[in-house]
Amino acid sequence: MGKIRQRLYFIGALIVVSIISLVPRNTKQRIRDVTTGAMKDTTVRRVPINLGLDLQGGIHLALEVDQSKGPVPDCADAIQRAERVVRTRMDEFGTKEPVVQIQGRCRLIVELAGERDPARARGIIQRTAFLEFRITDMKSLFKDALPQIDAALRKAGVKSRGAAAPSAVAQLFGGDTSKAARDSAADANTPGVLSSLLFQGQLPGEFLVPEEQWTLVDSLVNRPDVRAAMPRGIELRWGSQSESRGARAYRALYAVESRPIITGEELVKATARRDPVTNQSIVPFQLSHRGARKFSDETARHINDYMAIILDGRVQGQPPVIRSQIGANGQIELGAKPLQEASDLALVLRAGALPAPLTIVDERSISATLGADSIHDGVLAGVVGVVLVIVIMIGYYRMAGVLAVAALTLYCLFTLAGLAAFGFTLTLPGLAGFVLSIGIAVDANVLIFERIREELVHGKSLRLAVDDGFLHAMNAIVDSNVSTVLTALILYAVGTGPVQGFAITLIIGIAASMISAIFVVKTLFLLWLYRRPDMVTLSI
Amino acid sequence: MIRLFANANYDFIKWRRWAFSLTGAIMLVGVIFLATRGLNYSIEFTGGTLVQVEVAHQVPIANIRTALDNAGLQGAEMSNFGSDTSYVVRARLGHEASQGEAGTQAVADAVARAFDQSVGAGRYRIERREAVGPKVGQELQGKALMAILLSFVVTLIYLAFRFEWRFGLAAVVATAHDVVATIAFISVMHLEVSLVVVGAVLTVVGYSLNDTIIIFDRVRENLRKYRRQNLYEILNLSINETLPRSVLTHGTTIATTLSLLVLAGEVIRPFAWVMSFGIFTGTFSSIYIAAPVLLWIEKRWPGEDARGARTFGSRAAATPSVSAPPATPPSSPSPRTPQPAR
Repeated sequence: MGKIRQRLYFIGALIVVSIISLVPRNTKQRIRDVTTGAMKDTTVRRVPINLGLDLQGGIHLALEVDQSKGPVPDCADAIQRAERVVRTRMDEFGTKEPVVQIQGRCRLIVELAGERDPARARGIIQRTAFLEFRITDMKSLFKDALPQIDAALRKAGVKSRGAAAPSAVAQLFGGDTSKAARDSAADANTPGVLSSLLFQGQLPGEFLVPEEQWTLVDSLVNRPDVRAAMPRGIELRWGSQSESRGARAYRALYAVESRPIITGEELVKATARRDPVTNQSIVPFQLSHRGARKFSDETARHINDYMAIILDGRVQGQPPVIRSQIGANGQIELGAKPLQEASDLALVLRAGALPAPLTIVDERSISATLGADSIHDGVLAGVVGVVLVIVIMIGYYRMAGVLAVAALTLYCLFTLAGLAAFGFTLTLPGLAGFVLSIGIAVDANVLIFERIREELVHGKSLRLAVDDGFLHAMNAIVDSNVSTVLTALILYAVGTGPVQGFAITLIIGIAASMISAIFVVKTLFLLWLYRRPDMVTLSI
Repeated sequence: MIRLFANANYDFIKWRRWAFSLTGAIMLVGVIFLATRGLNYSIEFTGGTLVQVEVAHQVPIANIRTALDNAGLQGAEMSNFGSDTSYVVRARLGHEASQGEAGTQAVADAVARAFDQSVGAGRYRIERREAVGPKVGQELQGKALMAILLSFVVTLIYLAFRFEWRFGLAAVVATAHDVVATIAFISVMHLEVSLVVVGAVLTVVGYSLNDTIIIFDRVRENLRKYRRQNLYEILNLSINETLPRSVLTHGTTIATTLSLLVLAGEVIRPFAWVMSFGIFTGTFSSIYIAAPVLLWIEKRWPGEDARGARTFGSRAAATPSVSAPPATPPSSPSPRTPQPAR
């Protein structure tokens, strides 16, 4: 009995782990606001199984460097530049986690789950990259203008979060007539709407915004009344990614001059290397003749100012300080930062200097409704398939069939949990593979039960027949499953998205069926024999 | 207790010539179809454009056809997809290969314009849009071919490792038969060959091999157990012993593939057709191709298991175990000596 109990504990633990990995949880999703067109985060509660593009709708794009207008010598570098550019545009896509990856050497894959408008997505991806250098707001013009901006926002009736609660109370208790007066009184005491969200950064013109509030700030600074209140010649630009200062994540906001001192067209070359003397990571760059003239004038006027490197409207990295007048050749020093960061910066500079024209070699878009239909049909087929299998198994094997069906339920649970736990993607062929594997999953049980029947015919005792049945069927089960796994692995290696999904479900399904059909069913048999020691015939 | 085919004792191997003739005839039909009609490759492989459109109200198909022709898409195929209000327009690259990568995008836009004209803007919805350049198509063709060949090599290596090479060769011949028969079936049914269908063919390979291995496993076991019987008898015995398992497993698998075929929708239908057919041919080939081929190989290049395989070749000895009383003495430990066929 002790052995049976151990087995039951193990099965129980597996079931608990599976259920935990399938419990619906909150995930953040970026969607496009219909009215403003801006992106906003919403929280959705769903079962944590990744659905492929063919099930949830979305767009898959494969891009290559356009060689039709003259050959591009180094396509691998060009596609790396393009990847960097597309990554900076992530926020413009209406999807939680866009996939941007380089396939092979010279192909870029972009997958946008949930994106509905292929033309818009193509536009964003194929737009030419634009690089510019701008001096940050050294005279703190933006900071000085903040009170006016707050006043403009207050006039427009925008309340900061801290002030919202007291004014709501005022509304509850006060009459309509006194409301306006009270509100203005309350607002005068609270800090400004925008300024309360901004923290001064390390250098002039740099502000930090808590990560969870940056979309709110973005919508505030894009309001027409705020734009009107901005000081002349100053614009705001976001940093390219969030960075953690201490325990919190911040997004940097830079106030920069509207006029670029130089653009990417003038940049000829940028590489990353380590300075052999100081062992610092540096990015030497080279400018064209025209650019060098312009740049030396500008840098002479702006010594000790900070220069933001802006790609596609996003400030890349922290703006470096201009130490001296720079001509055709300059270098950006990154100090002790790893070489990787220098390579990335060099890639940004090159991406702006040599925009890689991309051509779409493969485009697939599937609407969300078609995806939902596919899920509905696939699940229906699965349910009918399972019912048929249950009828066949119980009809033929009676009580033993019931055990097999119980194991089949666990099989479904384990497979889905496996998909969720390892973060694999469920595609439509994957769903079909899952349905198919339900039919195949009982094969191991069929093999075992037939063996037990044979052993019983040979006149063995119940207990011995069950043990020998499991033992003798093992060879065939292992051999046949290995051959299926081998073909599935090849499919995974060779296939693309949907087919890989099929291969993955098949492999996970086989692993799950090994556990459910052999271990679980054996345990159930042992339990059955233990509870009914007087049994002379087996219902099999 | 229901027992299907318990203690069955059919002489399967005796019918091998009939089986060969039957499968030969099916193959011949398939080859004729392949030669005359070829395979209906999806645009994934040929390159081209596919647009699936759902219209709000049914529109005369001729109107759409005319609009497509006006848009310069004479070569495009149009068909209903599942329901009356769902259409798929396919424009393969093939002969118009000159249009290149950008061309496939232009075609997709042209299809949308044609629907604007014939159905009216806003009265239809584009459900699916695929535009595959010629380069990607060619790459996929190479990959698919590679996958099928690779799966053969890997299974051959696995079988050689698990069984003796003669068994492995017989299993591979049976599997090759399944691939050819499945491709013939795809051609006859005019199913669209997409990457998912190639996946189905590979799954059929795995499934059929699985089935052959189960029988061969039993053959290997019985060869050790019944030392006095010849290979012909052992093969028959093993097939009969595994018959209940075959019926049950194929029954459950067929049940699931049929529910996929009927219920899972138009996109997965070609996959379900191939799987359903593959289960039949896989079962057939495990019994009627793998076993007789093994017998033939053992006759040609006798190994240590080739008991009686040599003599079986002559006509007189072809049916001894069926008509004659058991070759083993009555005191044989085996309780399952073959009985005369019913």
